[in-house]
Amino acid sequence: MSKILEDLRYADSHEWVKLEGDIATIGISDYAQHALGNIVYVDMPEVGDEVSQGEDFGAVESVKAASDLISPVSGEVIEINEALEDEPELVNQDPYSNWIMKVKVSDASEIDSLLDAAAYAKICEE
Amino acid sequence: MKTYDKLIFELSKPGRKGYSLPKNGYGTNGLSAIPDTLLRETPADLPEVSELEVVRHFTNLSSKNFGVDTGFYPLGSCTMKYNPKINEEIAALPAFNNIHPLQDAETAQGSLELYWNLQKMLSNIAGLAEFTLNPYAGAHGELTGLMVMRQYHISRGDHKRTKVIVPNSAHGTNPASAMVAGLEVIEVKSKPNGSIDVEDLKPLLDDTIAGIMMTNPNTLGMFETEILDIAKLVHEAGGLLYYDGANLNPLLGKVRPGDMGFDIMHINLHKTFSTPHGGGGPGSGPVGVASHLVKYLPNPRVKKNVDGKFYVDFGEDSLGNISTFLGNFGVMMKAYAYILTLGKENIKNVGPLATLNANYIKESLKDDYLLPIEGVCKHEFVFDGLKDKSTGVTTLNVAKRLLDYGFHAPTIYFPLLFHESMMIEPTETESKDTLDEFIDVMHKVAKEARETPDEVINAPLTTIVRKLDETTAAKNPILNYKALKANKK
Amino acid sequence: MDMSTDVELYQLNNLMKSKLHLVKLNLIMSDKFMPHTESEIREMLNKIGVASIDELYGDVPEEVIYREEYDIPSAMSEIELRRHINDLGSKNKTLTIFAGGGAYDHYAPSTVAHLLSRSEFYTAYTPYQPEISQGTLQYIFEYQSMISELTGMEATNASMYDGATAAAEAMFMMVASAKKKNRILISSTVSDRVIRVVETYAKFHGVNLTLIPEKEGITDLEEISTELSKGDVAGVIVPTPNKYGIIEDFTGLADTIHSSKGALAIFADPSTLAVLRTPSEWGADIACGDGQSLGMPLAFGGPYLGYISCSKSMLRKMPGRVVGATTDADGKRAYVLTLQAREQHIRREKATSNICSNQSLMALYATIYMSLLGKEGLKEVNVLSCDGAHYLYHRLIESGKFSPAFDKPFLKEFVVKTELDMEKINSKLLENGIMGGILLGNGMVEFAVTEKRTKEEIDRLVNLIVEG
Repeated sequence: MSKILEDLRYADSHEWVKLEGDIATIGISDYAQHALGNIVYVDMPEVGDEVSQGEDFGAVESVKAASDLISPVSGEVIEINEALEDEPELVNQDPYSNWIMKVKVSDASEIDSLLDAAAYAKICEE
Repeated sequence: MKTYDKLIFELSKPGRKGYSLPKNGYGTNGLSAIPDTLLRETPADLPEVSELEVVRHFTNLSSKNFGVDTGFYPLGSCTMKYNPKINEEIAALPAFNNIHPLQDAETAQGSLELYWNLQKMLSNIAGLAEFTLNPYAGAHGELTGLMVMRQYHISRGDHKRTKVIVPNSAHGTNPASAMVAGLEVIEVKSKPNGSIDVEDLKPLLDDTIAGIMMTNPNTLGMFETEILDIAKLVHEAGGLLYYDGANLNPLLGKVRPGDMGFDIMHINLHKTFSTPHGGGGPGSGPVGVASHLVKYLPNPRVKKNVDGKFYVDFGEDSLGNISTFLGNFGVMMKAYAYILTLGKENIKNVGPLATLNANYIKESLKDDYLLPIEGVCKHEFVFDGLKDKSTGVTTLNVAKRLLDYGFHAPTIYFPLLFHESMMIEPTETESKDTLDEFIDVMHKVAKEARETPDEVINAPLTTIVRKLDETTAAKNPILNYKALKANKK
Repeated sequence: MDMSTDVELYQLNNLMKSKLHLVKLNLIMSDKFMPHTESEIREMLNKIGVASIDELYGDVPEEVIYREEYDIPSAMSEIELRRHINDLGSKNKTLTIFAGGGAYDHYAPSTVAHLLSRSEFYTAYTPYQPEISQGTLQYIFEYQSMISELTGMEATNASMYDGATAAAEAMFMMVASAKKKNRILISSTVSDRVIRVVETYAKFHGVNLTLIPEKEGITDLEEISTELSKGDVAGVIVPTPNKYGIIEDFTGLADTIHSSKGALAIFADPSTLAVLRTPSEWGADIACGDGQSLGMPLAFGGPYLGYISCSKSMLRKMPGRVVGATTDADGKRAYVLTLQAREQHIRREKATSNICSNQSLMALYATIYMSLLGKEGLKEVNVLSCDGAHYLYHRLIESGKFSPAFDKPFLKEFVVKTELDMEKINSKLLENGIMGGILLGNGMVEFAVTEKRTKEEIDRLVNLIVEG
């Protein structure tokens, strides 16, 4: 049973978002890290890149799988988690404290289109 | 036998050498004609070893390999048939091996004739108008074939056709080749038996479709029985049919892709026509096309003049060049020798016997392994792991245990249609005795899985190296000797 | 086994299908590559539960079953096959070669072919099962190490098809790394045969390729700066040595390109990198080229070997197989295919390349060749080739019938100009068993000399040419 935090929003592509003001912090869910197995590389965007809801912003690689990262919100990347460059396994250890990027969102209402914890839990059960 | 564990660099001693070259008879001063600023600053640290050390080193390395000559290699979708020895000798003959690719055609008539003959033979076997032998491998053939497809539409001014339909069961190379050729991939669903769902296909066929990529038999080794309907539908929609020749072997002697309605195909000479896989290449991926597509084939082309002379031609409507010269000629020589050795009498038995072998294994093992699709297969089939799912033993475990018993593993975890896919392709060159030995071992492993599962789960136990740490290798890639040395420190 | 008796033929027609038990097996078991005996076939059919092999094709629509005989010759014995191949071979003419153009007549020690013929190497597949493929994996690791030594770059893949396709893949790498920029500059001093392939890949994939003109035989670097200033260039491809054999000076080029956030790829003849300034020393991000020059047979154009090396920052954009060092469950050093998550079998249409094989056996060829020649031998090959080429060059100039085309530094290949009728002279050379220079048009002729050519051969060549 994978861990799902109550206070986050989720995309059905298994990214989580925490919106504070107009800053969204984004990572992948416990379910996603578990499905991928040992993560060996996180391909992150660059600060200043524009991301759009529903579009790729990077990828997570394990030994024999790769999964695109789909941005749950639109906006400008203001920070990336540089610790993941050398220690991608941090995502396996705790996917919720080890976020991937922070985005200054251009449309905060986009968050409403995302799943809440209960709805996301259902997806993970399927 | 003691295990040999040296890298060639670790044998190196300054001043040792493994070569001899003529004395410099020019009386000039080496590289003095070249300004220092254009010369390298630090020398390349290549090993310095004697000839015998080189010989022992690589001989020892070869003993750490498993090839078709070592034992049974039932690797699905790879057609690991026997690689005849005379073909190797022929391909190394100086009369062919010493010919420069830009030599005047008049002095390369033998090579050109062989090349032309092979083009003709493949055209006949495939039921298509003409072949180019330029592509270097299967994936390169796919790419070339898709370029032909696009060039055909573009030259007709039909610029909207930018999508290609690929079954979701297809090998990853298909969508990747489409991407490189600038085509957008549209997936069509497979039915449970791996066949294309014609009802799912119909709505996809609009005027943006360049064509469809298929293999037949499909990825599960099942014949696409609705192929003629599919061909009709795709053609009516203005698209072309691409045949991925990875699964051609069972059709030799039985069915020609051109007769099924395919317009373009590639052949893997290293699968169907016995040329060795070489540990990953060189292969050869000739591409054949129907008559209306011949003019788009890549340059250069080998043609025959009315006077019977062979020449190298550059066509104006061609899609362009996809290779420096004329492809992997040395590989073509081996395929040519193979076809001549079999001749028209024996080549027609290749498909039927490959199919017989596959069905024999399938029927002999389906009591212990889960056969998701019943019925007659062609050259290969897929099990979805062990039938008894309670043992905790996975397909990977079974594959590794086979190594302990001296067999190569099947293709595993492909196709993606099942969780525990195990794809077995025996080829026609294996005897019933070999198949029986394999069947016995597979039964034995299934029994071990039930009785002593740990032995299977911890496999391989007897190979020169055991389970490898792939995670660290991918996280912290050490890709050469210099990095390896630095990592030690 | 009795080879040809009693096995009767069928050609199953529809009528007979209803009487399957009467159908005879249609197999001529006379072929050495198919070991089945008649009784085995019957046993196997019994196990499967069908009456004939044709029943195994019962699901194939009748209309597509091929009932004719293939239009290929009858089976040949080894004796007949040898005769046929030797007949074809006699229609070729083996020449003393003074041409290059991307394929060089270098010498490989006898040992290379002997070791390459070990079938544990050549009958293996791609090393998917590392436990029983350490031989292949280790030589690829050694190959990667040696190519990295020559190019000076941190990472090298397990090899590509040929130099031209490697250059095309380098183009894709630079576009993928630049994310939003889609234009690549390629110098027109890169071999025409390479440019043509890169153009084809660019055209279909949708890369905007710009040809940078040449100026007096070398890349017009000012033109590169002009194009870079437009801000949309993802990368630049330049050669060393170039298509005229000239060793170009790229001082400052990498900085210029990097300052406009582009990448530099150098198309380099790897043999020459034993002595010439390396792609890494020029500041390149990628090195690529054709490994044929590492002693490989001319073989009428293939199989050769493409290579790609790159800096660490480009590693994850590099196509193809890569081998890495690791350890096994007992801590023993071992090698494994790594970084596979980049590749087509995982990424499907998201991969940067569709390549899924390499030229593994040719990589082994290069590895054994480089092991034998080693640090000093590969230098010596270049010195001998360089001296021979300069000797020929000076003799041609001294004859008074040739003039320098560019007067720039070269190693083993160079271009001279003449007013002689070179087509006629080349025909005469052919009659004398010599492949002369490549005619580039406008009286320009390109010669190449390797360590295999002797002073006597060169003297004879010059005499034949000068005699007219």
